[in-house]
Amino acid sequence: MQRTLRKVADAAVHIPLTLGAMIMAIPFLWLISTAFKVEKEVVAWPPLLIPREWTLVNFVGVFKAAPFQTYFLNSLLFALASTAGILVTSTVAGYVLAKIKFPGRGALFVSVLATAIVPFEIYMIPLYVTMKDLGLINSFTGIAMPYLVMSFGIFFMRQNILASIPDELLEAARIDGASELRTFLQIVVPLLKGAMSALAIFAFIQGWNAFIWPLLMATDQTNYTMELGLAKFQSAFTINFGLSSAGSVISIAPIIIMFLLLRRHIVDGLALTGLKS
Amino acid sequence: MTRSRWWFAYLMLGPVVGLFFYLRGLPILKTFWMSFFNWSMVNQNQPFVGLTNFLTMFKDIQFQLALKNTTIFAFVTVLISVPLSLVLAAVLAKPRRFSAFYEAIYFIPSITPMVAVAVAWKWILDAKFGLLNYVLGFLGVEPKAWLIDPRLAMVSVILLSAWKILGHNMIIFLVGIRNIPGSYFEAASIDGASPLQRFWHITVPLLTPITLFVAVMTTINSYNVFTQVYVLASDVQGSPGFLVRVLAYDIVENAFSFFKMGYASSEAVVLCLIVLALTFIQFRWLKDRTV
Repeated sequence: MQRTLRKVADAAVHIPLTLGAMIMAIPFLWLISTAFKVEKEVVAWPPLLIPREWTLVNFVGVFKAAPFQTYFLNSLLFALASTAGILVTSTVAGYVLAKIKFPGRGALFVSVLATAIVPFEIYMIPLYVTMKDLGLINSFTGIAMPYLVMSFGIFFMRQNILASIPDELLEAARIDGASELRTFLQIVVPLLKGAMSALAIFAFIQGWNAFIWPLLMATDQTNYTMELGLAKFQSAFTINFGLSSAGSVISIAPIIIMFLLLRRHIVDGLALTGLKS
Repeated sequence: MTRSRWWFAYLMLGPVVGLFFYLRGLPILKTFWMSFFNWSMVNQNQPFVGLTNFLTMFKDIQFQLALKNTTIFAFVTVLISVPLSLVLAAVLAKPRRFSAFYEAIYFIPSITPMVAVAVAWKWILDAKFGLLNYVLGFLGVEPKAWLIDPRLAMVSVILLSAWKILGHNMIIFLVGIRNIPGSYFEAASIDGASPLQRFWHITVPLLTPITLFVAVMTTINSYNVFTQVYVLASDVQGSPGFLVRVLAYDIVENAFSFFKMGYASSEAVVLCLIVLALTFIQFRWLKDRTV
């Protein structure tokens, strides 16, 4: 009796779980459905859940209406540059802060930690003034530069290096006559593959999703990122939801594909970031 | 020997620290500095004005509105998303059929780009053709102008934000729950505790530090809300962020549309102090608990 009751209760949990999952998924499904509809079906009432007539017209149209291929390329280059920058700066700084004792180390680490909690919105104005002084407004360099470093990345790599690289290993390499640089590049870096790929995923998503900084910096379409281009596009074409939906699908697709390929890494990586509490 | 190691440390770290200072440290300090000046982007003359910006700010109706809206937004988003993600994590922590599938579905919104999903929501919330009004119609609810009525626009922005952050918080709670020794739950089961009792008397108290962390991070995050407001809450002419005025929007408008960068910096200082206060409360509270 109790057994069957428990089984029923267990099965009953699936009802709210599935209902919730539907609410989570509907915006994506609705987006895809709208993107593949002809204009008449987009505004059909009652709404059509599944297009009767599947079409690619919105995907063709969105590239004609705005240079989305440029936006996409800009986003990709920006996210990749940011990922590479963050990987290099975080690994180097994380290693030195974890493994080499030098005067000023503690103070340096504390200042990195302190800036980690200050949100971007708080220092974006002076950052903009700096970029203006450098003449980098509306340039790829100006948009990408602030995204080359990440306080959390430095902290994350330092914690990983402390946990996974024993001092004895470094001592052994030094006794064998390896220089500091060689020890770092040939012994430390290969051991950090896991941590570095977690950070890379994190950085890429952050770069791909960046909005407010590109919005301030990019003044013409040739420098728009996907997010910025899409935001401007949807406010200019409020009426045509078929086109905006197609644009959104293109913008979300790389993240979903990445998630499907690297699901375990992404979830574990995020779990690791939670560990900083 | 140690000397050469120092050299290595300084040489490697030098460029990174330089970049870091130039792109993070200096701008943060400069925000505070600029808040004491009548700093305009179009005028070379930038006089020191002391606390004038701050005094003006507290008489500024737009700023007050933005502060009020942002606070309401932050607290309601936290109140909805944090308990919900905790319950969700507790349910999904137990291995059951489709667990991984549910986990993925609930998690995906948190990593997808905000503008793109906001476009999807904008269409769902549309007054005339929107899916939400259609579904509510079955429940006998009159169609509502979700994105036109300022109050409902706020509700819409909260809905989208809670929907998006839910999965992120859930994953952090899941890690926390999986770190609780299984023997606690077993012992409770043997003593006849129901799943609900185990959740309330084991999971919830043991996760308190993580709950606090998640709540504070979500609050800080919500205080910086910008993108979803920019896309969802535009007025009839489509001018973005018009209906639900929030702090980040006010800052951007003052700095980049009206070129009042000093004034906008003083608003950013207030935002920074709110964030610092929240973090401080979290640490204080954790310390009291652990001592």
